Amino acid sequence: MSFLVGQNMTGGYGGADILHDCTIGVERGEIAVIVGPNGAGKSTAMKATFGMLNLREGHVMFDGEDITHLKPEERVVKGMGFVPQTHNVFTSMTVEENLEMGAFIRDDDISGTMAQVFDLFPILKEKRNQPAGELSGGQRQQVAVGRALMTRPKVLLLDEPTAGVSPIVMDELFDRIIEIARQGIAILMVEQNAKQALNIADTGYVLVQGANRFTDTGEALMANPEVRKAFLGG
Amino acid sequence: MTEILNALVILANFLIVPGLTYGSQLALGALGVTMIYSVLRFSNFGHGEMMAFGTMMTIFATWLLQGWGVSIKPLPTALLALPFGILCAMGLALVMDRYVYRYHRKQKSSSVIFLIVSIGTMFVIGGIVRFAIGPADRIFFDGTRFIMKAREFKQMTGLNEGLAIKMTQGITIVTAIVVVAIVFWFLNKTRTGKSMRAFSDNENLALLSGINPDRVVMIAWMMTAALATIAGTLYGLDKSFKPFTFMQLLLPIFAAAIVGGVGNPLGAIFGGYVVALSEIAITFAYKRVVSYLVPDGMAPDGLLQLLSTDYKIAVSFIILVIVLLIKPTGLFSGKTL
Repeated sequence: MSFLVGQNMTGGYGGADILHDCTIGVERGEIAVIVGPNGAGKSTAMKATFGMLNLREGHVMFDGEDITHLKPEERVVKGMGFVPQTHNVFTSMTVEENLEMGAFIRDDDISGTMAQVFDLFPILKEKRNQPAGELSGGQRQQVAVGRALMTRPKVLLLDEPTAGVSPIVMDELFDRIIEIARQGIAILMVEQNAKQALNIADTGYVLVQGANRFTDTGEALMANPEVRKAFLGG
Repeated sequence: MTEILNALVILANFLIVPGLTYGSQLALGALGVTMIYSVLRFSNFGHGEMMAFGTMMTIFATWLLQGWGVSIKPLPTALLALPFGILCAMGLALVMDRYVYRYHRKQKSSSVIFLIVSIGTMFVIGGIVRFAIGPADRIFFDGTRFIMKAREFKQMTGLNEGLAIKMTQGITIVTAIVVVAIVFWFLNKTRTGKSMRAFSDNENLALLSGINPDRVVMIAWMMTAALATIAGTLYGLDKSFKPFTFMQLLLPIFAAAIVGGVGNPLGAIFGGYVVALSEIAITFAYKRVVSYLVPDGMAPDGLLQLLSTDYKIAVSFIILVIVLLIKPTGLFSGKTL
């Protein structure tokens, strides 16, 4: 049983089902990546594990506990962190305030966690008093990830963390994500840049039309000629 | 030289001091409108009547205190009664939110529906106020009338023109500064204040961060009620309390909030002073000021008044239209309505 797993999930946002018997999961300290063509339900699958859509079938287990019926806010308290793809920072607030708000549910001293985030993303320390809306795309993503880390989550869900950033910044973000995983946090992310993402993935899920097509280690998926041909551009 | 000083004193006496006073009252009102707009995302038309209600309760408490012989001379007794008025207004706001607005939040009604609902609350509260205290004009100011009388100023400086500062003007400006400082400290330095800004900035992300929306809404209403009562009481002390004037105040208040940029607290305050000073500056007769500045014999015959004071309210309309046409987000870039 994985640390976080959405098992046999079937459901959608209300109308037709988007996910069909889809299973995704991630282990502590590992990186799991969901890839697939547009409209495959990648983000939907991840959001399903976070309680953002109604599951008709299947269940979500987290740390040995059934959390299928918890609301997203309640899952945050349980130790899940979620970074949405867009609108993922408080643009009018400073970097430091963003981090503070990330830690809103905590009553203890947050300065230690904030120092850790600043160690991870040194540029944020430099720009701590600048409004997050004035930062570049890559820096904003760092704020977004940093905000989610402030609750000291056990699992971090990232929805296309590298969308809209330059290749150099993308590599840098991936390095940081690996670093976060090394601290023992499970990372589940959806990525458009399938090749780079699978390179750093311990587990890869290839979704097509809301169902699992291939599930294997990142390495094996990269080596799989079928996956290469259909999803990685040869 | 004394001519220029005399001219400046006229301007200060008839334009700047009253303008700053009126501006402070508008700024506090606009701050409340902006607060509700940024947290609940609708234009609260009930704000003017909320001011009237809070002021009415303050007046009742003032009468009671006066009846007991309590006095804080030279300050008006109403200041002592203000906390009671604020508490009553907070109670009203929370009851209204619980039984009117909460339903529409649950329904996720559009902001237009919220706006119409707020017009409904405006009529209801307005009715309550007129029923309870009557539509008549009431003066509830007591205490010393002037901080500085025109005659004293003349004796002090030896100038022809006098500068009078009324107690209510002094109180209004000082109170506005204190209240605004407290509001900004709250929004920028406290955890609760920051959570309100976060909620206003990005509701979904605020929910993900574990910020409780009900609490944010509750605090927003309480702050708005407090601001409305303070603004209304200051206005009532300065002029007089007449229930109908608060409905008319709604226009300059909204103009102030929009001019500054809706949802931007700093803009609301700035907008308040812009609207107030332009209302007075445009309807002010400059004849006497100019007479001092030009050589003898060249004094103008006319009043040099751009608009009759009857059209005062039109000025806020014009400002509103100009801002909406040229910069709909307001001078301080708030949200668009």
